[in-house]
Amino acid sequence: MKRWIMVVPLAVFLLMAVFLYKGLFLKPDELPSAMIGKPFPTFALASTQGDRNLTQADLQGRPALVNVWATWCPSCKVEHPYLNQLAQQGVVIHGINYKDDNAAAQKWLAEFHNPYQLDIRDEQGSLGLDLGVYGAPETFLIDAMGIIRYKHVGIVDASVWREQLAPLYQGLVDEAKP
Amino acid sequence: MRRWLAAAVLGMSLAGVAKAAIDTYQFRDDAERERYQQLTKELRCPKCQNQDIADSNAPIAADLRREIFRMLGEGKSNQQIVDFMVDRYGDFVRYKPALSGRTWLLWFGPGILLAGGFVVLAVIVRRRRGPASQAAQQLSVEERERLAKLLEKEQTHD
Repeated sequence: MKRWIMVVPLAVFLLMAVFLYKGLFLKPDELPSAMIGKPFPTFALASTQGDRNLTQADLQGRPALVNVWATWCPSCKVEHPYLNQLAQQGVVIHGINYKDDNAAAQKWLAEFHNPYQLDIRDEQGSLGLDLGVYGAPETFLIDAMGIIRYKHVGIVDASVWREQLAPLYQGLVDEAKP
Repeated sequence: MRRWLAAAVLGMSLAGVAKAAIDTYQFRDDAERERYQQLTKELRCPKCQNQDIADSNAPIAADLRREIFRMLGEGKSNQQIVDFMVDRYGDFVRYKPALSGRTWLLWFGPGILLAGGFVVLAVIVRRRRGPASQAAQQLSVEERERLAKLLEKEQTHD
């Protein structure tokens, strides 16, 4: 009898164990974005406050976080104080108010403080669709040229910022400096 | 009894209707309606995974259905519509992923496993039938003598 054949069940078991163990830490609800490396989609939308018109050109010039949020999204409320904190530290954050009631959004920003430099009003969700947004909150990281470099699905909190976004953001800031 | 059965069948068929999300779109013709149904069944909802967008009640699925309807109205081809979705949501949204370097295992993996199973089966069957195993099954001269003796004993006992 060939000896090696006795190793086969062990090998199969180990292979399965590796895959199943990996499976424990996968997050299937976080899709890899198809937008990474692509320029920010073109758009022409009003601001949430209605005082100006915004296009993709307004996002260019410096690296920034682009946060997709809405008042109907409970996680956005959880995330909001941390965004305020980041904005205070000087991180550039833009907001896309996604498929939301405009009056409620204005009230929210007035009440809970507005961390966004630009407030994009995407009431129909058209920009969200072009961005591949499938929920809120989602946060994109764009570079100074307006190219999307990273996307985080879900709440941005201290650990997400420290471990994922901050190093990339800092890298882009350094890159943007001549 | 038959009445109960009829009621049960009717109930089940209605449940099927209630499950699918309902939109009221006016199509130009049956061909367009069929393409719409085919596309919404072929595309996967990014939010409630494991549902196609025809079946899902998630707001994003409703948006995507509306978008598909709009693009059909604009006369876009199925391929253009699927590409539009993949550009935004990635290969993930396709229940029928395109054949590429990253997906060939997905397409051919089951076939390869099946073929592997047949190979293992063939090897086992051959080994059982092979001359080596026949030799093992045949008794040596000594063993045959012993067997004959044992059988003889049995008969004399009777």
